[in-house]
Amino acid sequence: MLEADNLECVRGDRRLFAGLGFKLDAGELLYLQGKNGSGKTSLLRMLIGLLPPEAGSIRWKGEAINSDEYRAELCYLGHLNAIKEELTPLENLLAAARLADEELSDDDALDALEQVGLAGREDLACKYLSQGQKRRVALARLVKEKRPLWILDEPFVALDMAAVDWLSGIISGHLQRGGLAVMTTHQKVNIAAGSVRELRLS
Amino acid sequence: MLKIITAVISRDLKLAMRRQADIVSALFFFIIVVSLFPLGIGPEPDLLRKLAPGVLWVAALLATMLSLPRLFADDHRDGTLEQLAIAPHPLGLVVTGKVIAHWLVSGLPLALIAPVLGVQFDLSAEALVAITLSILIGTPALSGIGAIGAALTLGLRGGGVLISLLVLPLYIPVLIFGAGAVDATVTGLGGEGHLSLLAALTFASIGFAPWAAAAALKIALE
Repeated sequence: MLEADNLECVRGDRRLFAGLGFKLDAGELLYLQGKNGSGKTSLLRMLIGLLPPEAGSIRWKGEAINSDEYRAELCYLGHLNAIKEELTPLENLLAAARLADEELSDDDALDALEQVGLAGREDLACKYLSQGQKRRVALARLVKEKRPLWILDEPFVALDMAAVDWLSGIISGHLQRGGLAVMTTHQKVNIAAGSVRELRLS
Repeated sequence: MLKIITAVISRDLKLAMRRQADIVSALFFFIIVVSLFPLGIGPEPDLLRKLAPGVLWVAALLATMLSLPRLFADDHRDGTLEQLAIAPHPLGLVVTGKVIAHWLVSGLPLALIAPVLGVQFDLSAEALVAITLSILIGTPALSGIGAIGAALTLGLRGGGVLISLLVLPLYIPVLIFGAGAVDATVTGLGGEGHLSLLAALTFASIGFAPWAAAAALKIALE
């Protein structure tokens, strides 16, 4: 479903990688590994279409990825949380869903916040939450996310052990439903998936 | 299409309401700058009447400039801009929503307070109506053109000064027709011509500027 061919990435005057390719099918997880600065985030930004590759091509279901149809099937979680400090967790979830053109009811949003352990804090402005809690607000999106392709940049950062297990479960569930996921992480985590591919950038 | 624009507007207005200091500071800047002129020039009604349109308009340009650097900077810093850029609709529509929200928060209050400030310059009733109308019609163009400057300077250090250098020259037509509308009304020529041209500038900049700003944002996000 997701194919990349012969990708080349140049940042400034440094070439981070060249001739990189992979193929990912339904239910598969792609683990991106590599040192800091090896181009993991750059590769993810290519996959979401924000960074045009220097060379090579990326295709989703055989089509180039610069279309609204592709973006409607894509869920991206960057290392920034993309939440507004002034809004409450509930407002953040609802606003993010509306802006991404997704259906999300108030009840679903409340349920998602309860699952990430923020029950009782729905009405507190996000600036009063801790780093880990802010991360949980960002991750709450994934609970009701039906889009097939998840691209996650360091999703486990700032989470405690219980939350890491919970998130691994959410990603496994997504893969078992036939979804795809590409993610980077420096932590060891157990994700039950039909097939896990690894790609090491160096 | 309308759905995404209204979603952006309602989110930005909600954020602005939680952060009222921004709105209030731009509005007070406008009030104070305009009020300094009668104090500095002294009680000469003829001179003040002559200066009023220019002073009000220049102050409106500067007050609009104040809030421009934050138009995209906040969304850029917390990662929301990335999410907006990969949402399944054109980024130009998102920017259109942000421009409209920016006008509601920064341009509209200026138009509402302008007649009160105009009294300090001993303006006649019809001149007050003309200055209010011209600011009301002209300020959306300021937000639209300003969005291009804000997008081009996104992520640059000292972007605030750079925006002024980029955007203020582009504001000149709006300034000329805006202040001209009041002069024409006072001298009995009728301000309709100027106001129509101002409306044309506004429609053009609300229609086209967001797409130029969206292109600049995509480059900033690379």
